[in-house]
Parts: sequence; C-alpha cells; structure tokens
Amino acid sequence: MNGKARTHISQNEPLLFELSSPGKRAYQLPPLDVPAADPQAVLGRERVRPEIENFPEVSEVEVLRHFTRLASWNYAIDLGMYPLGSCTMKYNPRINEAVANLEGLLWAHPYQPESLSQGCLEIMAALEAALAEITGMDAVTLQPAAGAHGELTGLFLIRALLASRGNPRKKILVPDSAHGTNPASVTMAGYVVENVPSCERGMMELATLERMVNEDVAALMVTNPNTLGVFEQEITRIAALLHERGALLYMDGANMNALAGIARPGDFGVDVLHLNLHKTFSTPHGGGGPGSGPVAVKRLLEPFLPVPRLVRRQDGWALDYDRPQSIGRMRSFYGNFGVMVRALAYIMAHGGDGLRKATLDALLNAAYVRKRLESYYEPATPAPTLHECVFSDARQARHGVRTGDIAKRLMDYGFHPYTVSFPLIVRGALMIEPTETESKLELDRFVEAMVCIAREVEEDPELVRTAPHHTRVSRVDEALAARRPVVRWRPPCGK
Amino acid sequence: MLAALGLSCLEDLVAHLPPEVLLRRPLQLPPGKSEYEIAAWFRAQAEKNASGYACFLGAGAYRHYRPVLVDVIASRGEFLTSYTPYQAEISQGTLTAIFEFQSMICQLTGMEVANASMYDGSTAAAEAALMAARITGRRGLVTARTLHPEYRQVLRTYARFAQLPVAEIAYEPDSGGLDLADLETHVNEETAAVLVQSPNFFGIVEDVPAAAEIAHRRGALLIVVFTEAVALGLLAPPVEADIVAGELQSFAIPPNYGGPYVGVIATREQHIRQIPGRLVGETRDTQGRRAYCLTLATREQHIRREKATSNICTNQALVALMATVFMTVYGKQGLRELAEQNLAKAHYLANRVQRRFSGPFFNEFVVVCQSRPEAVNEALLAKRIIGGLPLGRFYRELDGCMLLCVTEMNRREEMDVVAEALSS
Repeated sequence: MNGKARTHISQNEPLLFELSSPGKRAYQLPPLDVPAADPQAVLGRERVRPEIENFPEVSEVEVLRHFTRLASWNYAIDLGMYPLGSCTMKYNPRINEAVANLEGLLWAHPYQPESLSQGCLEIMAALEAALAEITGMDAVTLQPAAGAHGELTGLFLIRALLASRGNPRKKILVPDSAHGTNPASVTMAGYVVENVPSCERGMMELATLERMVNEDVAALMVTNPNTLGVFEQEITRIAALLHERGALLYMDGANMNALAGIARPGDFGVDVLHLNLHKTFSTPHGGGGPGSGPVAVKRLLEPFLPVPRLVRRQDGWALDYDRPQSIGRMRSFYGNFGVMVRALAYIMAHGGDGLRKATLDALLNAAYVRKRLESYYEPATPAPTLHECVFSDARQARHGVRTGDIAKRLMDYGFHPYTVSFPLIVRGALMIEPTETESKLELDRFVEAMVCIAREVEEDPELVRTAPHHTRVSRVDEALAARRPVVRWRPPCGK
Repeated sequence: MLAALGLSCLEDLVAHLPPEVLLRRPLQLPPGKSEYEIAAWFRAQAEKNASGYACFLGAGAYRHYRPVLVDVIASRGEFLTSYTPYQAEISQGTLTAIFEFQSMICQLTGMEVANASMYDGSTAAAEAALMAARITGRRGLVTARTLHPEYRQVLRTYARFAQLPVAEIAYEPDSGGLDLADLETHVNEETAAVLVQSPNFFGIVEDVPAAAEIAHRRGALLIVVFTEAVALGLLAPPVEADIVAGELQSFAIPPNYGGPYVGVIATREQHIRQIPGRLVGETRDTQGRRAYCLTLATREQHIRREKATSNICTNQALVALMATVFMTVYGKQGLRELAEQNLAKAHYLANRVQRRFSGPFFNEFVVVCQSRPEAVNEALLAKRIIGGLPLGRFYRELDGCMLLCVTEMNRREEMDVVAEALSS
C-alpha cells in the first residue's frame, strides 16, 4: 500500500426511520399571525390526509449527525483524485459557491419583473456570450438541465430544421464509441440509430461515412475528442461531406475540456453541440446533479431554439417569447440558473488565456499518466490521445482479473476508480481522465497505486478479485439488488 | 513532466491535431480575475435584482423558509463534490440519503416506488407521459388546462417529437377545477394518460378520485402532477393515481431564478421497470452487511442505449438531498404544521379580496383585480411588494386576474397592503 490511505473510525448510523420516535422534532415555526383555518372545514373532510405514516420524527442534533455520518461514507473530489474518464472531475472552486449563494440571486423568483431581474439576465447573457466564443458558435441556449437534456434539445433542433426544409429524414449516425445517452436521445427524438464503426486506431474514417451518409441521414452525432481521447483527424472533411449531402454535424461536448482555447467546434464544421457545465466548467457534481447542458448552434438553427430567448432592448435585457419557429420549451423557466452562475465565475477566474492553459495542463496530466502506465497496462490505441487515456485489461485478464476488480482495488489505495468497461469498443476498458487540477504529487501516487495493483494481479490475483478490503462495506452485491428490488424502507413486520 | 514525455513545451501536446482546426488567436474573453473581483462583480449583479421586497409570487416556484441545516449539510464537500454513486463501496452516504428520499416520497404520495429524482417538475411530467405511453401501448395524451402552462409547453415539445397527440381539458368556469364532463368526452380507447395537477395552477385542490375513475374506466393511466409539495403535508395523497410526477422546489430549494430544482416520479410497484432515471436499492455486501446501490440499470441509457426507458443520466442528487434534509427537519408534525400555516395565511388574504374561483384551495388563489393587474403590481412595487402573476399571459380569458401565493414567509401586514391595493 502507498501513503494515500489508512483505516479510521467510521460511525454506524441507522436509517432515519429507525432513529425516529414519536414527538421528537427539529423545527420551529413562528407563531401564526392570522387566525388558524380548519383544514377539514375549508378543504372538505375527504381532501385532508391522516398523518403521514412512518414519516421521520427526529431531533435537530440527530439530523445533523445522521447526514454528517452519511457524508463520511462518501468519496469526493475534496478528498482526492477522481480519474473518471469522460466525467471531467476537476476541483470545484469555492468562490463559485460563494457567489452562487448571494441572496439577491438565490431568492430571485423566475416571474419577478424583468426590471428587477437585470442581474440574473446579465449573468445569463455573459455566459451565453462566453460559451459562444469558446465554442465558435453563433447562439447559445442555457435552458437544458443536463448533458443528455442538451442532446435531446440539439436533436429536436435538427429535426425541426430539416422538417422546415420538407424532410426530417430518418437516421442519426452514432459512432460505436459514443456515450449511451447519445443513442437513447436519438430514439427520444424520433430517429433511428445507425452505428458507425471506428477504425483500428479508434477514429471514424471518411471512407466509411462516404458509404453511410445518404438522404435518410439527418445528422452525425460525434464526440470529439472521442471517448478514447483521440481527436477525429478527418473531422473537417466529415463535416463537409455531411453538409454536401444535406445532413448536419452534432457534437457531444462532454470532452470539451480537451479543446477549450485550443480548437473551436464551430471552426471545424459543427452545427450544434451541447456542453456540460458540470464537467468542463467545474460546477460540482453533487453526487449526480444538478448539471446544466447548454446548447450552442450555428445561425441556421437559431430560429428553432427553445423559448424564451434572451434579447437586448433599449432599457436592458428581456425575455422574448415570440419565436414562431421555436421547438417550444424543454424545461420550465430558464434552466439551472444556479449552475450557470458557478460556470460563469469559473470562466471569469480563468479568462481566455487561463482556459487555454487549463486545457494544456489537462492534456499534460493525461499524457503523463498514459506514459507512466503503458508498461503495465495495454493501451487501447497507438494514436496520440488528449485529455484522457484508455487501457484494456488484456494483460491482467490472463490472471483472471478484470477491469472492474482493478477499479475496486484502487479504492483500497484511497482513489476513486477510473471509468470501468467504457468505451464499449475496448474489451475490459480502463478509462482515465486526471484533469488539470491534479498535482504531479497526486498523479504519482495514483500511478504508484496502479503499478502496485498490476504487481498484485501477478502475485496474488485473489486479493484484487475480492477487493475492496478497506472500505466501509465490502463488495456490494448489485445482482441481488436487481433480482429482488427493495427501493424503499418499510417498517419491520409485526410493527 | 514535459521532459518525462520527451516534449519541449506544452504546445507540443496538440502538435498532432490537423492544422486547420487549431485556434490561432487568444479567446476573446476578459483576462482572468481574482476572487475579490469576481465576488464584487456578482454582488453588483445581485444588487440589480429585487432585494428587500415582500413577494406574493408562486406559480411553480415557492418561497418557503430554508432551515439552516439544509445548507450546512448540502455544502459538505463529501456530498457537494462527489460523483454519481456508481461505485457503491465508496458512495454509501449519497446512496443511503437517496434511499431515504425515495422512501419519504412514497410515504408522502402514497405510491409504492419513487425514483432518485428528475430535472424538475416539468420534465418529470413529460417523462411520466412517455412512461404511460410505453406501459399502455397507446399514444393519446390528455392534459388539464390547469396543468402549469410551462409544464404543458414542455409536454407538447416532448410529445411532438414522440408523435403523441395532446388534448387539453377545460376547467369549470366557476370552481376553477377540472371539468369532469369535458374529461369524459376526451378520454377514449386511444388515451395513454390523463394529466391532472393538484393543487392545480389556480391553487384549486382537484377531485383526484373522480378523474381517476374516468381515466381507468377507459384503460388510461392517471398522472397526478404537483408543483407545491408542502400541500402534501395536509392533502390526501393521490393514491388513485398510477403515476405521480412532481416538483419538490418547495422543500428548501431557493427560487434561484428558476433552477436548479428537483422533480420526482413515483408509481406503483408493477411499473418499476418503466420508470425513467436512477433508482437506489437495498442489498448486502459480501459479508452480509446492509448496503445500497444503484439498481435496475438495465432500464438505463448506459446499458440499454437506444432501447433505454429514457436518455436521462445526470439527475438532481444534491437538490434531492436538500429536500431530504428539509423533510427530516420538519418531519411528521412539522410538515403538517407548516402546511396548516400556509393554508391559514392564504385564507386570511383570500377572504379580503375578490376570488375568481370557488373551489377549495391550498396556498394559491386567483383574484379579480379592480384595475389592471399590471397597474396593481406597479402600485405594490412602490411599497416594496412584488404582487401576483397576471394571468392574461397564459389564459386570455383571465386577463383581469392575477394568481397570488401566500406562504409562511408572508406577514400579515404585507397581506393587508395587498388586500387594499387589490380592492382599489
């Protein structure tokens, strides 16, 4: 074991319902300053519920301890490196939290008068402008709530544009290395998925697309750099081919951390892309959300963007609902405003030069990890990679150890695992994205842990196969959970 | 590090990119700023917004007191900066909290299973409609006109691309509740689901059992939508529904100019494999200890790809945690007492103005204004009060009316000022 982790006391804690007993309370309400209303009298007896059965009753200190104990069972970026490929788990600067929690922003009601919302609108306008510049696109909507929601928005836009030209077409081409959200979004947009095979080096080839792009194809949905971390070398020629044949180029911006300040999707032929503010722009993942998935488009798609659109009028910013060609609304109100605030603060802290420098640092960290691990794990591609590197478990599989086992063993060394078994085109994939925010010291510890595990695989494979050994719970039986789903607490029988 | 890679400068890392894609100029963004400058800029923006105003706006975004423990807990780095809990062994904190969230949503709604959250109420309602279409194999959607107008717009967008026709049901002009006779005529053998919001957009508590009866008689599912979760502390749970889709913003989530909020979908056990989004389930570790993990992933995009129940990936875990802490702080007694305060305060003001509808209401109601609603609001702004939502924008026939919301945050003196402005 290296120096990153050792065992410590971890408190046990029952579920809230098991802590609960009648009469305990953690709240105070001010006295009512109007006469009480009798619920049964004003609502009708049948509309009023009896008590909420089994709802918790706990004291204030119990609430605090309960959730603090739970917190101590989590790994987090605040505790260390999170080498999850394609997830871009970077440090979340706390100034972003501080400004997002300003009262004037936090308590702004979405329907308060525009004249009293100019601060919010200014923030949104500044973010739209910055994202347009970073991506090289003409217009941005901030409405989508997450990356997959952005994908759906982008595909709806494509469908609306093509339908306005008379034929929405039938298919969306998706490379076999794509995230699962891509094909799922395609189906929701009423299109059929057609897989594009990657070549041996992990890229799409122009010749393959020459054969595939016909008048049934609405768009190609590409992640660039792709999920192997490889930049699609023929992207400009692919874009030209699509455009020539009346199709569009959609880019999944999940891997934008490899490009910010270096290359702009708008400049290499992309018509529409979504970004993940919770990846590239450092907003906290929060254990799985909230995210935000702005969509940036070229001018031809702008009339179709969701309502409302932010517009500049003489007396300030306003929301424009009069957009006859719009696809409509994707979400209530204007999107995840609180996430936008954090992303803008991040962009302001970096500036143009800082974003470029962060990108180059991310590439450097990934190249360094790849170089140092290449003699222990099998690289997935000989091609140069950018912000992430992918290995296969081919060498370890000979000892009966798979990528999922190595990932679990990494926990014992004090790290969150890399992305396991993805992309699907690599057998037994280990997908590693260190991001720019890790120091050489943390990277060296990670490499050391991976090297130790590679040695353990040869000397004591059972140790790795049964990992983790030092976590609060040992390996969790996911098959049991799915076979017999228990998705809510129920009181024990007889109670 | 560069030396270890045999490189001489950082630019060498991108030397292999096609030359035509490289950006040959700096990004046109202002230079990087210090923490102090960033804080000052955002403070200046916050000051341009309303501050120090009393507010009577609801309509899907509610102002409720946020107990201090909510931010104390939700700002802990172990929750704030963790990833989606795919790796169960080091994510038991988030997983346990989500399991508790799912359990409490079931207790509140009377449903048997709840997912780990949706983006918000509007997308939860739209996804619930798609879910109903999958379950029934039918295509028609029928929605009350008193479903939040923006939720209906989202529903229409999703439905249009899924090629599901949407019909709208009138409200009774007197009570403001769903017109059950109109519902009867629109539900048929093609109907996948009926969507009813309760309390509805006008604040009226709907007759959910009657709507359920009409939907079920023709084999359609009933989706009950809620935007004001505090009402669940007092109102009979919609146990007649097949799917409940709601917004939990009222549970300690600040209005935040519209988001992030947190939606949820709850349903009956039999539909568990059609529910979109993440689910946490109980299981054991190799030593037999209780543990939690994400489960039934075979519904989800990362396994099923184009055959998934939905494309949803990120949800709203941190916001769901805030709602969980809120539900825990208030608990069984507190949530009811909070709901009763809302009811009492709303009725105090409603009794002093001319209500447009006669149906029973919770904490929102429609008022007939004696002068233009915009003029009333102008007059109130001068007294540092943000009035109600003029309804003409969403319902042309209610042009002279506004929707008022009263919560425990509104004081009696403010209400007296509003009552006076509305009657002049």
